[in-house]
Amino acid sequence: MRNSLREERFSIETTIVNILIIILISVGVIFSAVTALGLVRLPDVYTRTHAASKSSTLGVMCILGGTFIHFWLLEDHFNPQLVIAIAFLFITSPVAGHLIGRASYMSGIPLAEETVRDDMKIAIEKKKGEQK
Amino acid sequence: MMTFYWVSLLVISFAFSGLLYRLVKGPTVADRVVALDALGVALVSIVALLSLIIGTEFFLEIILLLSILSFIGTTAFAKFIERGEIFDRNNNR
Repeated sequence: MRNSLREERFSIETTIVNILIIILISVGVIFSAVTALGLVRLPDVYTRTHAASKSSTLGVMCILGGTFIHFWLLEDHFNPQLVIAIAFLFITSPVAGHLIGRASYMSGIPLAEETVRDDMKIAIEKKKGEQK
Repeated sequence: MMTFYWVSLLVISFAFSGLLYRLVKGPTVADRVVALDALGVALVSIVALLSLIIGTEFFLEIILLLSILSFIGTTAFAKFIERGEIFDRNNNR
């Protein structure tokens, strides 16, 4: 009786962990698909950088979180490298997007035709005026 | 559960092909660099899902390595696009 109860509880725990993993990985996969959609459909380097840095970071963080929970709670293997990878991606991926956007603006790649305002141009002219 | 992992891997593979389209088509160099950055991130998630499907934890070391290499490559490309050189030899600035 006790043995069957323990098995019952174990299967309930496994079900809860599986539901958590399914939610995390579904969110991650949806955000990764949105990243690809944004990179294919958006008109400009800067908007594509926006799509590639934000949603791709959230998507891969959710997928890695699901993987970490799977290996930790279902297979009893705590993997600290996954935690480090999640933190590293959370820090560096927006930085990489910002670097690419800045470099492409400095090298003179034109903005899309639908662009309404350009604050960077005003800031650069202001700085040039200060230097003179 | 395994079916769910396979479907996720399939969707990510479609996303991967979309990123490859942008990598080949992209009008400027910066577009291709953005696509390469997103390709590295998508490759990380593909490795995570493959390790879930196969059921081994030995692939998980590749994830950290791939994310570090992707960030370093993106930074080097950004500096190359902005200044035209990667290594500054002029230390007096």
